[in-house]
Amino acid sequence: MDLFEYQARDLFAKHGVPVLAGEVIDTPEAAREATERLGGKSVVKAQVKVGGRGKAGGVKLAADPEEAVARATDILGMDIKGHTVHKVMIAELSPEIEAEYYVSYLLDRTNRTFLAMASVQGGMDIEEVAEKTPEALAKVPVNAVDGVDIEKAREIVAQAKFPAEVAEGVAEAMVTLWDTFVAEDALLVEVNPLVKTKDGRILALDGKVSLDENADFRQPDHEALEDKAAANPLEAAAKAKNLNYVKLEGEVGIIGNGAGLVMSTLDVVAYAGEKHGNVKPANFLDIGGGASAEVMANGLEIILGDADVKSVFVNVFGGITACDEVANGIVQALELLKSKGEDVTKPLVVRLDGNNAELGRKILSDANHPLVQRVDTMDGAADKAAELAAAAK
Amino acid sequence: MAIFLTKDSKVIVQGMTGATGMKHTKLMLADGTNIVGGVNPRKAGTSVDFDGTEVPVFGSVAEAMEKTGADVSVLFVPPAFAKAAVVEAIDAEIPLAVVITEGIAVHDSAAFWAYAGSKGNKTRIIGPNCPGLITPGQSNAGIIPGDITKPGRIGLVSKSGTLTYQMMYELRDIGFSSAVGIGGDPVIGTTHIDALAAFEADPETDLIVMIGEIGGDAEERAADYIAKNVTKPVVGYVAGFTAPEGKTMGHAGAIVSGSSGTAAAKKDALEAAGVKVGKTPTETAKLAREVLGG
Repeated sequence: MDLFEYQARDLFAKHGVPVLAGEVIDTPEAAREATERLGGKSVVKAQVKVGGRGKAGGVKLAADPEEAVARATDILGMDIKGHTVHKVMIAELSPEIEAEYYVSYLLDRTNRTFLAMASVQGGMDIEEVAEKTPEALAKVPVNAVDGVDIEKAREIVAQAKFPAEVAEGVAEAMVTLWDTFVAEDALLVEVNPLVKTKDGRILALDGKVSLDENADFRQPDHEALEDKAAANPLEAAAKAKNLNYVKLEGEVGIIGNGAGLVMSTLDVVAYAGEKHGNVKPANFLDIGGGASAEVMANGLEIILGDADVKSVFVNVFGGITACDEVANGIVQALELLKSKGEDVTKPLVVRLDGNNAELGRKILSDANHPLVQRVDTMDGAADKAAELAAAAK
Repeated sequence: MAIFLTKDSKVIVQGMTGATGMKHTKLMLADGTNIVGGVNPRKAGTSVDFDGTEVPVFGSVAEAMEKTGADVSVLFVPPAFAKAAVVEAIDAEIPLAVVITEGIAVHDSAAFWAYAGSKGNKTRIIGPNCPGLITPGQSNAGIIPGDITKPGRIGLVSKSGTLTYQMMYELRDIGFSSAVGIGGDPVIGTTHIDALAAFEADPETDLIVMIGEIGGDAEERAADYIAKNVTKPVVGYVAGFTAPEGKTMGHAGAIVSGSSGTAAAKKDALEAAGVKVGKTPTETAKLAREVLGG
């Protein structure tokens, strides 16, 4: 989960990373009081989860509370690279800046460890720095067990060749940033820019944080950081039912068991769609191993609630849960939906394979539901589902 | 001969007395797995009856190893306790720990991986978030259905559980030496490369099927390894061509970030290494069949 800048700022402050004061608001009027609280001047910063907001006009100085209201009025509702601005941060004005740096910690999947990155060329797109002047970006592996203490932080700072007069201050900030990374179960903490001010302070002026949702069980505060307003309503409904669902742009609804098989199903449907009016998969939905009637009904409900869906492909490989149980699940799910008054009107193509496949197929055939078609191979079923979606388009 | 797991493997189950552990211990026993014990400090000294097979419960991995000679542990421990359980297995120096648990925080998996390294990597870790591994006809350590296929000469390594089952099913008439599900998390123990190396060295494996998916660069590195080190034919499949950027597709590690981790890049890298890559699971099975037949 990627956070907004103001949320990152709050987490940095909580763990001792030096930041400036700031508060988030969502109405222009609130900018007045917020600016007054900061002594009458502020920076109005658009809160969007995309880079380049400064160039897009999403960061403005306000010399007095009235100007802050005017700037907040301009920025709220603005579109920045397809992201609408719903919130702005009213931040304390930075003291004069002498230098801009970059520091971050992230997961290094390739080496199965964490990585510290630091550069004296901050304030710009770090991927550009990595590409044009890779020697200016120090990358230092951090062992998950050892972590980052002041010694390790000094090593990182030395490798990035920070000037002597800021080295210790940056190293101290690196330790607190590491504390944030670990304590919050983050996948990424990035400060860009980390600045040296004329009065000699080291400050994190802007930051990015991405959190590991697998750690939610021990991070009760993280749920409140979720941007529920921005979530796709179908994705939000699926999440509420504990379903692993991703909305895509397409016409063939997909239900399957197992993340890999479902990803594969999307691909196979997309290939099949090339022959049928270029229809595409409408979603990713993994109902997991169990595939009980209730879970199946929940899944069907989400997918049939998507107006873009013209046909549904249920692709299940019976492993531990045998196909007869899955087939019963499908039949009962359709009855369950009917009893709830939700009439299924879109065609369903079902492919069952694996454990007890024959028995499962027989159950579907015997149920003889008018909208359910059985196709026994994955490629064939994908083709049929694409064909039906194209016909209904 | 198979890889990592044979009929001689002595298997213990950490988390055996939980609902998932009970269900799958029973299934593993039915597949002929030599399960010699479970681990649960609160139930040490008791035993569990699985359809007439009494399996003793020990207080720790170390005790179970000392009393039974166990050399494999399968972990069905909830995410909150998984790190401590893996660390316990590493401290006991059990040669193989198979971590089935889904939903382990990355800071925990990175920590136990680093810990294993600091202890000299005496414990091979498979997973987390994986279905485990099976050597058909001999032993099953995890949740892979035991009755899909028979013993044979194909070695399979996969990030995905259900795609593993699908591929085993498609090629069930030929059979498998071993099938290893390495898991879909961002940080995993055993990699494609580790399994490729083991299958290359296994005289009973003639062909390797490798299944990958979006996220990270494990497939690209495996391709590089294959080009340099693998003489046996390899057939591949990659899932997730239609996955949008920045969205996690079920598995915590299955995410395209910017331009990295795409299925297309993985397929290209594998093909450049001489791997035949199927467009669908069925086509991949067909390619495997052609290689073995020709």
